[in-house]
Amino acid sequence: MLILITYDVSTVDREGRKRLAKVAKKCVDHGQRVQNSVFECILDSAQFRRLKYELEELIDKKEDSLRFYNLGDNYKKKVEHMGAKESYDMESPLIL
Amino acid sequence: MKKLLNTLFVTLPDTYLSLDGDNIVIKQEEAILARYPLHNLEAVCTFGYAGVSPGLMGACASRNIDLTFMTRTGRFLARVIGESRGNVVLRKEQYRISDDDQRSALVARNMIIGKIYNNKWILERATRDYPLRIDADRMKKVTASLAGAMQQVREVEDLDILRGLEGAAAVQYNSVFDELILQQKKDFYFHGRNKRPPLDNVNALLSFAYTLLSNDMKSALEAVGLDAYVGFLHRDRPGRASLALDVMEELRGVYADRFVLTLINKKLIHGKGFYRKENGAVIMDDDTRKIVLKAWQERKQEKIIHPYLNEKMSWGLVPYSQALLLARHIRGDLDEYPPFLWK
Repeated sequence: MLILITYDVSTVDREGRKRLAKVAKKCVDHGQRVQNSVFECILDSAQFRRLKYELEELIDKKEDSLRFYNLGDNYKKKVEHMGAKESYDMESPLIL
Repeated sequence: MKKLLNTLFVTLPDTYLSLDGDNIVIKQEEAILARYPLHNLEAVCTFGYAGVSPGLMGACASRNIDLTFMTRTGRFLARVIGESRGNVVLRKEQYRISDDDQRSALVARNMIIGKIYNNKWILERATRDYPLRIDADRMKKVTASLAGAMQQVREVEDLDILRGLEGAAAVQYNSVFDELILQQKKDFYFHGRNKRPPLDNVNALLSFAYTLLSNDMKSALEAVGLDAYVGFLHRDRPGRASLALDVMEELRGVYADRFVLTLINKKLIHGKGFYRKENGAVIMDDDTRKIVLKAWQERKQEKIIHPYLNEKMSWGLVPYSQALLLARHIRGDLDEYPPFLWK
């Protein structure tokens, strides 16, 4: 299934900037960065639960926020793209 | 059933593949071409020179991602595999069967039955679909003789006789294979199988499709804990994945041959996409290879119902499911190995 993850991590202090880097790294490991703090990840439900848990450990709940949108298996009709930064489709043939 | 993950094909020269976190990063002269999370991949296949970092090799090995190196023409060079999976007991039993000609023959004959059955079905279906374009009388003769061969194979308990029957059936099938090519007859014809090197367009395509299939088969066998190099029908030879070739027999027709026919008959590829080297070898150009790889990946995504397991799965999981059934037979959970009999 496709999970859309977005985050807002407070960067007013050094701690916050550290958290931001860690959250971003974790997301890069699991999916495609489609915009600065927006990631599309193809995960199964076990991977999703684990990622959710790991991200929850990283953030400071008083300052930061995370949002997960579950777009399911038939996500292709639900996503439309406009403008720059063309993305790739992780489930179609990958030939370079 | 296992989920079919994606395969990444790298056909560009001068690329370097490395690991960054849990991503595979593909670079060309320091510029990052792409970055994909490893958990979405089950195989990485590179053509021509592509450097791979040791870190990435390790990550692929530990996650059971198949990393294969091939030449630009699609000839197999090397693979990186991790620790053997599955249990020793299963593999030792496989070796015992392989050493025993009679027990080998009992497994191998089912694979051959699968092959002949599937090839017969391909011919019958073509005759039914295109009765006016195909020489039906000639086809009927061949399918009748294949049906006879199947009856004989069922009784055989000797490997050499089995090989003889298999060879004869293959000759019969090959004698009418050209009839199945319905389009672009000028550029695509089949006058017999030749390989190393393939001497015409169709043979070049067949060789390429068999290489792709054998890679999938090898990793499927290893994923269930069998040794892809110890076969029953094919004799042991260093560097030859005999068991993969054995199980492939029943899939060559329905999986690879039909795939090649689709490419030609649907005009996805053209005669211009092939060129001939000085030694007569026919090679496809880079664009054609990309088209073929894309179509191969799409074929793997297509859904079928497995005739024995009665379960819906993608074509790409058929090698895996056959490997699983073979392991069950070797372990003694199934009395006979059930070949893939396509309907």
